[in-house]
Amino acid sequence: MELAKQPRSNCPRMLLGQRGIRLGILLALLTIALAVFAPATARADVSAVAECERSSDYGCIQINVFGSDRERVAGVTVTLEGPDGSSAEGQSTAQGPLVFQATVAETYTVSLDPDSLPAEYSATTLSKSLTVQFGSTARGTFDLTEQAAPGTASADPSAAPTTQQPSGPSDSSGGFFSDRFWQQLAGGIRFGLLLALASIGANLIYGTTRLSNFAHGEQVTLGAVLSYMLVQAGLPLWIAAILAIAACGATGWLQDAGIWKPLRSRGTPITQVMIVTIGLSIALQFLIQFLVGTGSFQVVTGNPTTFTIGPVTMTRMSYLAMGISVVVLVAVAWFLTRTRLGRATRAVSDNPALAAATGINTNAVIRLVWTLAAALAGLAGLLFALMFGAANWNMGLQMLLLMFAAITLGGLGTANGALVGSLIIGLAVELSSLIIPTDLRYVTALFILIIALLFRPQGILGLRERIS
Amino acid sequence: MDWARVLAQTAGELIAPTTAAYALAAIGLNIHFGFTGLLNMGQAGFMLLGAYGFAIATIHGAALWQAVLVAALAGAAFALVLGIPTLKLRGDYLAIVTISAAEIIRMVGRSTVLDDWTGGSSGITGNSFKAEFQALSPLPDGVTTIGPWSYANNGSDSWWLRIVAWSLVLLALLLVWALTRSPWGRVLKGIREDEDAVRALGKNVFGYKMQALVLGGVFGALAGILFVLPRAVQPDGLGRTATFWVWTVLLLGGAATVFGPVLGAMLFFSAYMLVRSGMRAALPETLLSTTQIEQLGGMLVGVVLMLLVIFRPQGILGNRKELSFDGH
Repeated sequence: MELAKQPRSNCPRMLLGQRGIRLGILLALLTIALAVFAPATARADVSAVAECERSSDYGCIQINVFGSDRERVAGVTVTLEGPDGSSAEGQSTAQGPLVFQATVAETYTVSLDPDSLPAEYSATTLSKSLTVQFGSTARGTFDLTEQAAPGTASADPSAAPTTQQPSGPSDSSGGFFSDRFWQQLAGGIRFGLLLALASIGANLIYGTTRLSNFAHGEQVTLGAVLSYMLVQAGLPLWIAAILAIAACGATGWLQDAGIWKPLRSRGTPITQVMIVTIGLSIALQFLIQFLVGTGSFQVVTGNPTTFTIGPVTMTRMSYLAMGISVVVLVAVAWFLTRTRLGRATRAVSDNPALAAATGINTNAVIRLVWTLAAALAGLAGLLFALMFGAANWNMGLQMLLLMFAAITLGGLGTANGALVGSLIIGLAVELSSLIIPTDLRYVTALFILIIALLFRPQGILGLRERIS
Repeated sequence: MDWARVLAQTAGELIAPTTAAYALAAIGLNIHFGFTGLLNMGQAGFMLLGAYGFAIATIHGAALWQAVLVAALAGAAFALVLGIPTLKLRGDYLAIVTISAAEIIRMVGRSTVLDDWTGGSSGITGNSFKAEFQALSPLPDGVTTIGPWSYANNGSDSWWLRIVAWSLVLLALLLVWALTRSPWGRVLKGIREDEDAVRALGKNVFGYKMQALVLGGVFGALAGILFVLPRAVQPDGLGRTATFWVWTVLLLGGAATVFGPVLGAMLFFSAYMLVRSGMRAALPETLLSTTQIEQLGGMLVGVVLMLLVIFRPQGILGNRKELSFDGH
């Protein structure tokens, strides 16, 4: 059996912008925890150094703290901590990156001390993990935002759906229905629409094949990654977008032709197929890392322009993305309810055996569903990347569970369920950050999922008979 | 880097504490999936909870046995909370809820809210909870070399930890072996094969599933302790990828077999190391950087998992007839 091939392009891989600057004026070193009872481990695994030559005996770590226009920000305290408790500390300088040397190849956590940030800067990311390899240099870059934004220090290094929140004139009024509320509400609708775009395909796949596709998150990331690579290759954005979405659709077609159709014909139990999708998800995840690295990338660079409508300020891209989502969602709904093929799809969803008996070619319908689902996921990924400015390899992985939550909440296998569930999840995620810390906002969605399963396991629009 | 070093690293993975931790977690998952047919996609959540329970209890002054007890109870409580809403529903609901719940644990652990307890995203440093365990070692200080394995007797990555870890795995194997031959184990297998038939015999299916979920979850929590003893508690180190690794280990060795998880863990980690360090030794740095080799290794794991499930779902030791892939 032939596995589906993922398209690969030859465009240049992303290099984390870094010239070989080796000037480091380093201030504070130190803080090495000593094990009292274990003298064998009492050694410095990581230390701040002035220069780190490449060698197979240790790994180098370079930390950059950038402000606007890639200007280095000096005086920020950076702490590096290894998994076994060793740690080192240093302060950023305006001259070059902060350099550390590690004698244990492991994943280290780099964190900025929020108190040491200069007053005019705020950090969206306060900590990152870096995997150190012997004989190579691991680089970590912190981009500070130059504004007195309300300290939404998200510890989540992924493309987080909290974009800049310009403080409105009446922001200090407090109150639940303050400007911030409307801002979050709009953010919730925006997030919900994009989530719907991504999850409607997963729900159609579930409806027609009863498969929970764990690789759907990677399909979302793939949309962003492919358009990024095409834009890097010199194509204008709209052509890159069309090509990338077509390529994503093609991966769906190829997957069904190469993997899922043969497995269906063999009568493979659906649980087994689900674990195959997990394998595919792992493989795609590392393929994406291989293509674009583990840092974040921007499909379009440059400063986004913002528009203000009433109390809501969002980037132009956000309005555009919401418009595209609505148009595409309406088109999908029209397709499912008004066209012959769409009705056939719903018939297969409802009862595959009966649909086949009435002369519907179920395999062709399922092939179409896979293609459509992958293309929609790719579009969602691209829109996410455009809306939040940056994307990274695990953005889809982050969304997968929200998609599952949305689908389960709306009703597994029902076409409209994904839309309803996604909007609820989107609103819950964004509005909950009015009350709880921003880094816990995804927890709300997963919590809603568990509560929904307790009281209405078939979901809002689902049918009781499908669940046990 | 030379080939002797590649082989030494590969051999090291065979008895590494991390391998033992994954073996124990896979033994727990085997009780869930292999014997009862429960699709637990959140084994890393159990491990993380066990790790947090152990580390936080130790830091707050608990004795070693108390800390282990706290970890085990945390695993059991997590299983109860997960099982009540989902065990009566279809299998894929359990999969979605467990993977989500494991993520909740990780996100709450790395959030700033519980910073004082969990240390946020930087986690809990190893030396704040390891001392008590390491002090128990009866071994004299120094380095012992047996064949390709040369480690310090005491300390973080030591013989003492390896001895304890693999003894724990051995005990778990004995327990699973005894349980599968017991009437209780036969009921579990009955549930896996045909839930309705077992219910018709008057058994409380929900109760049995819950017991299996709790027992496997406790193994997962204990595996979490083994996982963090040679390192620190890092919430992101026990995310979804860890769960998927445990699944690969179990399916490689063979689900529903007693020795499958251990064989799977040893084979998986040594082969994974052999491939990565072999590529590092064979290919010049200019061709593929170390990070890229890691990524190629990861891709390979995904592809191997797919091929394994498609062509040999029973794994190495399993019996094709005794498969639990029909989902409940």
